[in-house]
Amino acid sequence: MIEFKNITKKFGDKVVLDDVSHLMQTGKTNLIIGTSGSGKTVLQKCLVGLFEPDAGVIIYDGKDFTHMNEDERKLLRQQIGMLFQGSALFDSMTVEDNVKFPLDMFTKDSNATKLKKVNEVLERVNLIGSNKKFPSEISGGMKKRVGIARAIVLNPKFLFCDEPNSGLDPQTSMLIDKLIYDITNEFKMTTIINTHDMNSVMEIGDNILYLKDGKKEWTGNSKDIIFSDNKNLNEFIFASEFLQDAKQLRMMEAGKKP
Amino acid sequence: MNFFTHFGRYILMLKGMLSKPENTKLYWKELMHQCVEIGIGSLGIVSIISIFMGAVSALQTAYQITNPLISKVIIPQIIRDTVILEFAPTLICVVLAGVVGSKIASELGNMRVSEQIDALEIMGINTKTYLVLPKIVAAIITIPMLVVLAMVLGIYGGRMTVAASGIISTNTYDRGLMEQFLPYNVFFAMMKAYTFAFIISSIPAYYGYYVKGGSLEIGKSSTTSVVVSCIVVLIADYILAALLL
Repeated sequence: MIEFKNITKKFGDKVVLDDVSHLMQTGKTNLIIGTSGSGKTVLQKCLVGLFEPDAGVIIYDGKDFTHMNEDERKLLRQQIGMLFQGSALFDSMTVEDNVKFPLDMFTKDSNATKLKKVNEVLERVNLIGSNKKFPSEISGGMKKRVGIARAIVLNPKFLFCDEPNSGLDPQTSMLIDKLIYDITNEFKMTTIINTHDMNSVMEIGDNILYLKDGKKEWTGNSKDIIFSDNKNLNEFIFASEFLQDAKQLRMMEAGKKP
Repeated sequence: MNFFTHFGRYILMLKGMLSKPENTKLYWKELMHQCVEIGIGSLGIVSIISIFMGAVSALQTAYQITNPLISKVIIPQIIRDTVILEFAPTLICVVLAGVVGSKIASELGNMRVSEQIDALEIMGINTKTYLVLPKIVAAIITIPMLVVLAMVLGIYGGRMTVAASGIISTNTYDRGLMEQFLPYNVFFAMMKAYTFAFIISSIPAYYGYYVKGGSLEIGKSSTTSVVVSCIVVLIADYILAALLL
Protein backbone atom coordinates (compact mmCIF):
# COMPACT_ATOMS: atom_id res chain seq x y z
CA MET A 1 0.00 0.00 0.00
CA ILE A 2 1.24 3.46 -0.87
CA GLU A 3 -0.38 6.50 0.62
CA PHE A 4 0.51 10.07 -0.17
CA LYS A 5 -0.83 13.11 1.60
CA ASN A 6 -0.88 16.76 0.55
CA ILE A 7 1.82 16.41 -2.11
CA THR A 8 2.81 19.77 -3.57
CA LYS A 9 5.54 20.27 -6.14
CA LYS A 10 6.61 23.51 -7.81
CA PHE A 11 9.10 24.20 -10.59
CA GLY A 12 10.00 27.86 -10.15
CA ASP A 13 6.68 29.71 -9.82
CA LYS A 14 4.70 26.98 -11.60
CA VAL A 15 2.74 24.72 -9.29
CA VAL A 16 2.73 21.28 -10.94
CA LEU A 17 1.13 19.33 -8.07
CA ASP A 18 -1.19 21.09 -5.69
CA ASP A 19 -2.06 19.35 -2.42
CA VAL A 20 -2.68 15.89 -3.92
CA SER A 21 -3.61 13.02 -1.56
CA HIS A 22 -4.58 9.46 -2.43
CA LEU A 23 -4.26 5.81 -1.37
CA MET A 24 -2.77 3.26 -3.81
CA GLN A 25 -4.17 -0.15 -2.96
CA THR A 26 -2.24 -3.42 -2.66
CA GLY A 27 -2.92 -6.07 -5.29
CA LYS A 28 -4.69 -3.57 -7.54
CA THR A 29 -3.80 -1.67 -10.68
CA ASN A 30 -3.85 1.94 -9.56
CA LEU A 31 -4.06 4.39 -12.46
CA ILE A 32 -3.05 8.03 -12.51
CA ILE A 33 -4.77 9.65 -15.48
CA GLY A 34 -4.92 13.16 -16.86
CA THR A 35 -4.08 15.26 -19.88
CA SER A 36 -0.48 15.97 -20.86
CA GLY A 37 0.96 18.44 -18.36
CA SER A 38 -1.51 17.54 -15.63
CA GLY A 39 1.32 16.40 -13.34
CA LYS A 40 0.98 12.61 -13.45
CA THR A 41 4.63 11.91 -14.38
CA VAL A 42 5.83 14.41 -11.75
CA LEU A 43 3.61 12.69 -9.17
CA GLN A 44 5.02 9.28 -10.08
CA LYS A 45 8.60 10.60 -9.96
CA CYS A 46 7.86 12.07 -6.51
CA LEU A 47 6.53 8.70 -5.37
CA VAL A 48 9.72 6.86 -6.40
CA GLY A 49 12.02 9.61 -5.13
CA LEU A 50 13.33 10.93 -8.46
CA PHE A 51 11.81 14.30 -7.49
CA GLU A 52 11.49 15.61 -3.95
CA PRO A 53 8.05 17.05 -3.17
CA ASP A 54 8.00 20.59 -1.73
CA ALA A 55 5.35 19.54 0.78
CA GLY A 56 3.47 16.42 1.84
CA VAL A 57 4.36 12.88 2.86
CA ILE A 58 4.64 9.57 0.99
CA ILE A 59 4.09 6.40 3.00
CA TYR A 60 5.08 2.90 1.83
CA ASP A 61 3.46 0.21 4.00
CA GLY A 62 3.43 2.56 6.99
CA LYS A 63 7.00 3.84 6.47
CA ASP A 64 7.50 7.53 5.75
CA PHE A 65 9.48 7.60 2.48
CA THR A 66 9.87 11.39 2.45
CA HIS A 67 11.92 11.42 5.64
CA MET A 68 14.04 8.33 4.97
CA ASN A 69 17.81 8.76 4.61
CA GLU A 70 19.60 7.63 1.46
CA ASP A 71 20.47 4.15 2.82
CA GLU A 72 16.88 3.49 3.90
CA ARG A 73 15.65 4.61 0.50
CA LYS A 74 18.12 2.30 -1.25
CA LEU A 75 16.76 -0.64 0.74
CA LEU A 76 13.16 0.28 -0.06
CA ARG A 77 13.96 0.78 -3.73
CA GLN A 78 14.98 -2.85 -3.98
CA GLN A 79 11.28 -3.57 -3.47
CA ILE A 80 10.31 -1.23 -6.32
CA GLY A 81 10.21 -2.10 -10.01
CA MET A 82 9.63 0.47 -12.69
CA LEU A 83 8.74 0.33 -16.35
CA PHE A 84 9.75 3.55 -18.11
CA GLN A 85 7.98 5.23 -20.99
CA GLY A 86 10.90 4.53 -23.33
CA SER A 87 11.64 1.20 -21.59
CA ALA A 88 15.09 2.53 -20.47
CA LEU A 89 16.87 -0.70 -21.38
CA PHE A 90 20.67 -0.68 -21.25
CA ASP A 91 21.70 -0.44 -24.92
CA SER A 92 24.99 -2.28 -24.53
CA MET A 93 23.41 -5.32 -22.88
CA THR A 94 21.39 -8.17 -24.34
CA VAL A 95 17.81 -8.83 -23.26
CA GLU A 96 19.10 -11.53 -20.91
CA ASP A 97 21.75 -9.26 -19.36
CA ASN A 98 19.23 -6.44 -18.95
CA VAL A 99 16.89 -8.70 -16.99
CA LYS A 100 19.75 -10.32 -15.08
CA PHE A 101 21.30 -6.99 -14.07
CA PRO A 102 19.26 -6.45 -10.83
CA LEU A 103 20.02 -10.07 -9.84
CA ASP A 104 23.75 -9.55 -10.49
CA MET A 105 23.71 -6.36 -8.44
CA PHE A 106 21.66 -7.43 -5.45
CA THR A 107 21.83 -11.21 -5.10
CA LYS A 108 24.60 -13.68 -4.41
CA ASP A 109 22.93 -16.52 -6.33
CA SER A 110 24.93 -18.67 -8.72
CA ASN A 111 24.86 -17.76 -12.39
CA ALA A 112 22.75 -20.85 -13.14
CA THR A 113 20.14 -19.82 -10.57
CA LYS A 114 20.06 -16.30 -11.94
CA LEU A 115 19.65 -17.54 -15.51
CA LYS A 116 16.83 -19.83 -14.39
CA LYS A 117 15.06 -16.86 -12.82
CA VAL A 118 15.66 -14.73 -15.93
CA ASN A 119 14.17 -17.41 -18.16
CA GLU A 120 11.16 -17.72 -15.85
CA VAL A 121 10.33 -14.02 -16.06
CA LEU A 122 11.03 -13.90 -19.80
CA GLU A 123 8.64 -16.79 -20.23
CA ARG A 124 6.11 -14.94 -18.07
CA VAL A 125 6.23 -11.95 -20.44
CA ASN A 126 6.21 -14.22 -23.52
CA LEU A 127 9.76 -13.46 -24.60
CA ILE A 128 11.33 -16.89 -24.72
CA GLY A 129 14.05 -17.11 -27.37
CA SER A 130 14.98 -13.42 -27.32
CA ASN A 131 17.68 -13.75 -24.66
CA LYS A 132 20.62 -12.89 -26.85
CA LYS A 133 19.04 -10.03 -28.77
CA PHE A 134 20.02 -6.42 -28.13
CA PRO A 135 17.40 -3.72 -27.46
CA SER A 136 18.06 -2.23 -30.91
CA GLU A 137 17.02 -5.55 -32.50
CA ILE A 138 13.58 -5.86 -30.91
CA SER A 139 10.24 -4.06 -31.39
CA GLY A 140 8.71 -1.42 -29.12
CA GLY A 141 6.26 -3.92 -27.61
CA MET A 142 9.06 -6.39 -26.91
CA LYS A 143 11.12 -3.63 -25.26
CA LYS A 144 8.19 -2.90 -22.95
CA ARG A 145 7.97 -6.58 -22.06
CA VAL A 146 11.71 -6.73 -21.37
CA GLY A 147 11.23 -3.63 -19.20
CA ILE A 148 8.46 -5.41 -17.29
CA ALA A 149 10.60 -8.55 -16.94
CA ARG A 150 13.49 -6.47 -15.52
CA ALA A 151 11.10 -4.65 -13.19
CA ILE A 152 9.65 -7.85 -11.71
CA VAL A 153 12.74 -10.06 -11.62
CA LEU A 154 13.44 -9.23 -7.94
CA ASN A 155 9.77 -9.87 -7.01
CA PRO A 156 9.06 -6.25 -6.07
CA LYS A 157 6.16 -5.24 -3.84
CA PHE A 158 5.58 -2.06 -5.84
CA LEU A 159 5.47 -1.73 -9.62
CA PHE A 160 5.44 1.65 -11.34
CA CYS A 161 4.64 1.99 -15.02
CA ASP A 162 5.04 5.29 -16.82
CA GLU A 163 2.78 5.31 -19.89
CA PRO A 164 3.29 1.62 -20.72
CA ASN A 165 1.27 1.92 -23.93
CA SER A 166 2.89 4.96 -25.49
CA GLY A 167 3.96 4.32 -29.07
CA LEU A 168 2.28 0.93 -29.27
CA ASP A 169 -0.54 -0.26 -31.53
CA PRO A 170 -3.92 -0.93 -29.85
CA GLN A 171 -3.53 -4.71 -29.93
CA THR A 172 -0.05 -4.68 -28.38
CA SER A 173 -1.24 -2.07 -25.87
CA MET A 174 -3.98 -4.43 -24.70
CA LEU A 175 -1.48 -7.29 -24.39
CA ILE A 176 0.79 -5.12 -22.23
CA ASP A 177 -2.20 -4.01 -20.11
CA LYS A 178 -3.30 -7.59 -19.59
CA LEU A 179 0.23 -8.63 -18.71
CA ILE A 180 0.57 -5.89 -16.09
CA TYR A 181 -2.87 -6.68 -14.70
CA ASP A 182 -2.15 -10.43 -14.45
CA ILE A 183 1.28 -9.88 -12.90
CA THR A 184 -0.22 -7.50 -10.33
CA ASN A 185 -2.73 -10.11 -9.24
CA GLU A 186 -0.28 -13.00 -9.44
CA PHE A 187 2.45 -11.35 -7.31
CA LYS A 188 0.02 -9.29 -5.16
CA MET A 189 1.88 -6.10 -6.01
CA THR A 190 0.83 -2.50 -5.65
CA THR A 191 0.93 -1.29 -9.23
CA ILE A 192 0.80 2.37 -10.18
CA ILE A 193 0.32 3.20 -13.84
CA ASN A 194 0.48 6.61 -15.50
CA THR A 195 -1.63 6.61 -18.60
CA HIS A 196 -3.90 8.53 -20.89
CA ASP A 197 -4.84 5.45 -22.85
CA MET A 198 -8.61 4.99 -22.62
CA ASN A 199 -8.47 1.25 -23.22
CA SER A 200 -6.23 0.88 -20.16
CA VAL A 201 -8.55 3.03 -18.08
CA MET A 202 -11.60 0.97 -18.98
CA GLU A 203 -9.91 -2.46 -18.92
CA ILE A 204 -7.59 -2.44 -15.92
CA GLY A 205 -8.53 0.60 -13.83
CA ASP A 206 -9.13 -0.85 -10.34
CA ASN A 207 -8.40 2.43 -8.62
CA ILE A 208 -8.19 5.60 -10.68
CA LEU A 209 -6.89 9.02 -9.72
CA TYR A 210 -7.73 11.75 -12.23
CA LEU A 211 -5.48 14.82 -12.12
CA LYS A 212 -6.47 18.13 -13.64
CA ASP A 213 -3.94 21.00 -13.65
CA GLY A 214 -2.00 19.36 -10.81
CA LYS A 215 -5.04 18.91 -8.57
CA LYS A 216 -6.97 15.78 -7.62
CA GLU A 217 -10.20 16.05 -9.62
CA TRP A 218 -11.81 12.64 -9.29
CA THR A 219 -11.23 9.13 -7.96
CA GLY A 220 -13.03 5.87 -8.59
CA ASN A 221 -12.74 2.74 -10.73
CA SER A 222 -13.38 1.92 -14.38
CA LYS A 223 -17.06 1.17 -13.73
CA ASP A 224 -17.59 4.47 -11.88
CA ILE A 225 -16.22 6.41 -14.84
CA ILE A 226 -19.15 5.49 -17.09
CA PHE A 227 -21.63 6.95 -14.67
CA SER A 228 -19.59 9.89 -13.47
CA ASP A 229 -21.07 13.34 -13.95
CA ASN A 230 -17.74 15.10 -13.50
CA LYS A 231 -17.63 17.44 -16.50
CA ASN A 232 -13.83 17.64 -16.76
CA LEU A 233 -13.45 13.87 -16.46
CA ASN A 234 -16.10 13.23 -19.11
CA GLU A 235 -14.48 15.73 -21.46
CA PHE A 236 -11.14 14.00 -20.96
CA ILE A 237 -12.28 10.37 -21.14
CA PHE A 238 -15.02 10.60 -23.70
CA ALA A 239 -13.33 13.12 -25.95
CA SER A 240 -14.58 11.73 -29.28
CA GLU A 241 -18.18 11.37 -30.47
CA PHE A 242 -17.62 7.63 -30.76
CA LEU A 243 -16.71 7.36 -27.08
CA GLN A 244 -19.58 9.66 -26.08
CA ASP A 245 -21.96 7.34 -27.93
CA ALA A 246 -20.42 4.34 -26.21
CA LYS A 247 -20.95 5.97 -22.80
CA GLN A 248 -24.60 6.75 -23.60
CA LEU A 249 -25.13 3.18 -24.77
CA ARG A 250 -23.62 1.76 -21.58
CA MET A 251 -25.73 4.08 -19.45
CA MET A 252 -28.92 3.10 -21.29
CA GLU A 253 -28.02 -0.56 -20.85
CA ALA A 254 -27.67 0.07 -17.14
CA GLY A 255 -31.07 1.76 -17.11
CA LYS A 256 -29.66 5.19 -16.33
CA LYS A 257 -30.51 8.43 -18.05
CA PRO A 258 -27.62 9.53 -20.32
CA MET B 1 23.59 28.83 -14.46
CA ASN B 2 26.67 30.69 -13.34
CA PHE B 3 30.16 29.35 -12.67
CA PHE B 4 29.60 28.84 -8.94
CA THR B 5 26.43 26.78 -9.50
CA HIS B 6 28.28 24.51 -11.92
CA PHE B 7 31.28 24.25 -9.63
CA GLY B 8 29.15 23.49 -6.58
CA ARG B 9 27.22 20.80 -8.41
CA TYR B 10 30.47 19.35 -9.79
CA ILE B 11 31.89 19.08 -6.26
CA LEU B 12 28.65 17.48 -5.02
CA MET B 13 28.85 14.96 -7.86
CA LEU B 14 32.41 14.05 -6.84
CA LYS B 15 31.36 13.78 -3.20
CA GLY B 16 28.29 11.72 -4.14
CA MET B 17 30.33 9.11 -6.01
CA LEU B 18 32.35 8.23 -2.90
CA SER B 19 30.01 5.66 -1.41
CA LYS B 20 30.17 1.93 -0.74
CA PRO B 21 29.52 -0.11 -3.89
CA GLU B 22 26.39 -2.28 -3.84
CA ASN B 23 28.29 -5.14 -5.49
CA THR B 24 32.10 -4.97 -5.64
CA LYS B 25 32.35 -7.61 -8.37
CA LEU B 26 30.09 -5.68 -10.74
CA TYR B 27 31.90 -2.42 -10.04
CA TRP B 28 35.25 -4.09 -10.74
CA LYS B 29 33.87 -5.42 -14.02
CA GLU B 30 32.72 -1.91 -14.94
CA LEU B 31 36.14 -0.47 -14.01
CA MET B 32 37.92 -3.01 -16.24
CA HIS B 33 35.46 -2.27 -19.05
CA GLN B 34 36.23 1.45 -18.76
CA CYS B 35 39.99 0.79 -18.67
CA VAL B 36 39.65 -1.05 -21.97
CA GLU B 37 37.40 1.63 -23.47
CA ILE B 38 39.59 4.56 -22.41
CA GLY B 39 43.05 2.96 -22.50
CA ILE B 40 42.97 0.43 -25.32
CA GLY B 41 40.44 2.50 -27.24
CA SER B 42 42.84 5.47 -27.39
CA LEU B 43 46.02 3.50 -28.16
CA GLY B 44 45.82 4.02 -31.94
CA ILE B 45 45.33 7.77 -31.96
CA VAL B 46 47.93 8.30 -29.21
CA SER B 47 50.52 6.21 -31.09
CA ILE B 48 50.00 8.01 -34.40
CA ILE B 49 50.08 11.49 -32.85
CA SER B 50 53.14 10.68 -30.73
CA ILE B 51 55.26 9.35 -33.61
CA PHE B 52 54.45 12.33 -35.85
CA MET B 53 54.89 14.74 -32.95
CA GLY B 54 58.46 13.49 -32.42
CA ALA B 55 59.17 13.35 -36.14
CA VAL B 56 58.04 16.92 -36.80
CA SER B 57 59.90 18.17 -33.72
CA ALA B 58 63.08 16.62 -35.05
CA LEU B 59 62.75 18.25 -38.47
CA GLN B 60 61.84 21.67 -37.09
CA THR B 61 64.57 21.64 -34.46
CA ALA B 62 67.18 20.71 -37.05
CA TYR B 63 65.85 23.42 -39.37
CA GLN B 64 66.34 26.08 -36.69
CA ILE B 65 69.85 25.05 -35.71
CA THR B 66 71.81 26.74 -38.46
CA ASN B 67 74.79 27.93 -36.42
CA PRO B 68 77.70 25.55 -37.09
CA LEU B 69 79.05 26.27 -33.59
CA ILE B 70 76.07 24.51 -31.99
CA SER B 71 76.50 20.78 -31.76
CA LYS B 72 73.75 18.72 -33.37
CA VAL B 73 73.73 16.53 -30.27
CA ILE B 74 71.43 19.18 -28.86
CA ILE B 75 68.67 18.08 -31.28
CA PRO B 76 67.73 14.85 -29.40
CA GLN B 77 67.95 16.75 -26.10
CA ILE B 78 65.47 19.35 -27.32
CA ILE B 79 63.18 16.65 -28.68
CA ARG B 80 63.43 14.65 -25.45
CA ASP B 81 62.67 17.58 -23.18
CA THR B 82 59.83 19.05 -25.25
CA VAL B 83 58.22 15.65 -25.66
CA ILE B 84 58.53 14.73 -21.97
CA LEU B 85 57.71 18.11 -20.51
CA GLU B 86 54.94 19.33 -22.78
CA PHE B 87 53.98 17.34 -25.85
CA ALA B 88 53.30 13.97 -24.25
CA PRO B 89 51.36 15.08 -21.17
CA THR B 90 49.64 18.22 -22.44
CA LEU B 91 49.13 17.71 -26.16
CA ILE B 92 48.08 14.09 -25.75
CA CYS B 93 45.68 15.01 -22.92
CA VAL B 94 44.13 17.81 -24.99
CA VAL B 95 43.57 15.27 -27.78
CA LEU B 96 42.19 12.76 -25.27
CA ALA B 97 39.87 15.44 -23.89
CA GLY B 98 38.24 15.30 -27.32
CA VAL B 99 38.40 11.53 -27.81
CA VAL B 100 37.64 10.28 -24.28
CA GLY B 101 35.79 13.35 -22.96
CA SER B 102 33.22 13.49 -25.72
CA LYS B 103 32.65 9.74 -25.38
CA ILE B 104 32.08 9.99 -21.62
CA ALA B 105 29.78 13.01 -21.94
CA SER B 106 27.70 11.54 -24.76
CA GLU B 107 27.46 8.10 -23.12
CA LEU B 108 26.22 9.51 -19.82
CA GLY B 109 24.05 12.09 -21.59
CA ASN B 110 22.38 9.39 -23.65
CA MET B 111 21.80 7.33 -20.51
CA ARG B 112 20.27 10.37 -18.81
CA VAL B 113 17.84 11.34 -21.58
CA SER B 114 16.79 7.74 -22.25
CA GLU B 115 16.03 7.35 -18.51
CA GLN B 116 18.63 4.60 -18.03
CA ILE B 117 20.15 6.55 -15.12
CA ASP B 118 16.68 6.89 -13.56
CA ALA B 119 16.19 3.13 -14.01
CA LEU B 120 19.41 2.46 -12.09
CA GLU B 121 18.40 4.92 -9.36
CA ILE B 122 15.03 3.20 -8.97
CA MET B 123 16.83 -0.12 -8.52
CA GLY B 124 18.63 1.44 -5.53
CA ILE B 125 22.00 1.89 -7.22
CA ASN B 126 24.11 4.99 -6.57
CA THR B 127 24.55 6.02 -10.20
CA LYS B 128 27.35 8.47 -9.44
CA THR B 129 29.37 5.63 -7.90
CA TYR B 130 28.45 3.05 -10.53
CA LEU B 131 28.68 5.22 -13.66
CA VAL B 132 31.01 8.13 -12.89
CA LEU B 133 33.61 6.72 -10.48
CA PRO B 134 34.82 3.82 -12.72
CA LYS B 135 35.30 6.26 -15.62
CA ILE B 136 37.42 8.64 -13.53
CA VAL B 137 39.45 5.85 -11.92
CA ALA B 138 39.97 4.16 -15.30
CA ALA B 139 41.18 7.47 -16.77
CA ILE B 140 43.58 8.00 -13.86
CA ILE B 141 44.98 4.48 -14.36
CA THR B 142 45.24 4.40 -18.15
CA ILE B 143 45.95 7.98 -19.26
CA PRO B 144 49.33 8.24 -17.46
CA MET B 145 50.25 4.93 -19.16
CA LEU B 146 49.31 6.44 -22.50
CA VAL B 147 51.42 9.50 -21.69
CA VAL B 148 54.44 7.28 -20.97
CA LEU B 149 53.81 5.50 -24.27
CA ALA B 150 53.56 8.89 -26.00
CA MET B 151 56.95 9.89 -24.54
CA VAL B 152 58.60 6.73 -25.83
CA LEU B 153 56.98 6.88 -29.26
CA GLY B 154 57.60 10.63 -29.61
CA ILE B 155 61.31 10.22 -28.92
CA TYR B 156 61.42 7.17 -31.19
CA GLY B 157 59.63 9.11 -33.96
CA GLY B 158 62.34 11.76 -33.73
CA ARG B 159 65.02 9.08 -33.89
CA MET B 160 63.53 7.55 -37.04
CA THR B 161 63.28 10.95 -38.68
CA VAL B 162 66.81 12.15 -37.96
CA ALA B 163 68.14 8.84 -39.24
CA ALA B 164 65.95 8.80 -42.36
CA SER B 165 66.70 12.41 -43.30
CA GLY B 166 70.40 12.14 -42.47
CA ILE B 167 70.42 14.98 -39.94
CA ILE B 168 72.43 12.97 -37.42
CA SER B 169 73.17 9.29 -36.94
CA THR B 170 71.15 7.15 -34.57
CA ASN B 171 74.24 6.70 -32.38
CA THR B 172 74.58 10.45 -31.99
CA TYR B 173 70.86 10.70 -31.31
CA ASP B 174 71.03 8.03 -28.59
CA ARG B 175 74.07 9.67 -27.04
CA GLY B 176 72.33 13.04 -27.03
CA LEU B 177 69.26 11.56 -25.36
CA MET B 178 71.30 10.43 -22.39
CA GLU B 179 73.19 13.68 -21.89
CA GLN B 180 71.85 16.14 -19.29
CA PHE B 181 68.80 14.02 -18.61
CA LEU B 182 66.79 15.14 -15.55
CA PRO B 183 64.59 12.36 -14.09
CA TYR B 184 62.60 15.09 -12.32
CA ASN B 185 61.16 16.03 -15.72
CA VAL B 186 59.52 12.63 -15.94
CA PHE B 187 58.11 13.04 -12.42
CA PHE B 188 56.75 16.47 -13.41
CA ALA B 189 55.20 15.04 -16.59
CA MET B 190 53.53 12.26 -14.60
CA MET B 191 52.11 14.80 -12.12
CA LYS B 192 50.60 16.58 -15.10
CA ALA B 193 49.30 13.33 -16.58
CA TYR B 194 47.46 12.35 -13.36
CA THR B 195 46.00 15.84 -12.96
CA PHE B 196 44.87 16.07 -16.59
CA ALA B 197 43.43 12.53 -16.49
CA PHE B 198 41.20 13.58 -13.61
CA ILE B 199 40.16 16.78 -15.40
CA ILE B 200 39.37 15.23 -18.78
CA SER B 201 37.26 12.47 -17.23
CA SER B 202 35.43 14.26 -14.42
CA ILE B 203 34.37 17.40 -16.35
CA PRO B 204 32.77 15.48 -19.26
CA ALA B 205 31.18 13.12 -16.71
CA TYR B 206 29.62 16.15 -15.01
CA TYR B 207 28.27 17.58 -18.28
CA GLY B 208 26.92 14.21 -19.41
CA TYR B 209 25.43 13.24 -16.06
CA TYR B 210 23.42 16.44 -15.67
CA VAL B 211 22.31 16.89 -19.29
CA LYS B 212 18.67 17.88 -19.78
CA GLY B 213 16.67 17.62 -22.97
CA GLY B 214 17.23 15.43 -26.03
CA SER B 215 19.84 14.49 -28.60
CA LEU B 216 20.61 18.12 -29.45
CA GLU B 217 21.47 18.84 -25.82
CA ILE B 218 23.67 15.72 -25.66
CA GLY B 219 25.70 17.08 -28.58
CA LYS B 220 25.91 20.53 -26.99
CA SER B 221 26.97 19.17 -23.60
CA SER B 222 29.56 16.95 -25.25
CA THR B 223 31.06 19.92 -27.12
CA THR B 224 30.95 22.15 -24.03
CA SER B 225 32.61 19.47 -21.93
CA VAL B 226 35.51 19.16 -24.40
CA VAL B 227 35.97 22.94 -24.59
CA VAL B 228 35.86 23.37 -20.80
CA SER B 229 38.17 20.38 -20.25
CA CYS B 230 40.75 21.77 -22.70
CA ILE B 231 40.68 25.21 -21.05
CA VAL B 232 40.99 23.72 -17.56
CA VAL B 233 43.86 21.46 -18.73
CA LEU B 234 45.75 24.50 -20.07
CA ILE B 235 45.15 26.48 -16.87
CA ALA B 236 46.25 23.49 -14.76
CA ASP B 237 49.32 23.12 -17.04
CA TYR B 238 50.34 26.70 -16.28
CA ILE B 239 49.72 26.33 -12.53
CA LEU B 240 51.69 23.07 -12.32
CA ALA B 241 54.57 24.55 -14.31
CA ALA B 242 54.64 27.59 -12.05
CA LEU B 243 54.52 25.49 -8.90
CA LEU B 244 56.75 22.55 -9.76
CA LEU B 245 59.44 23.92 -12.07
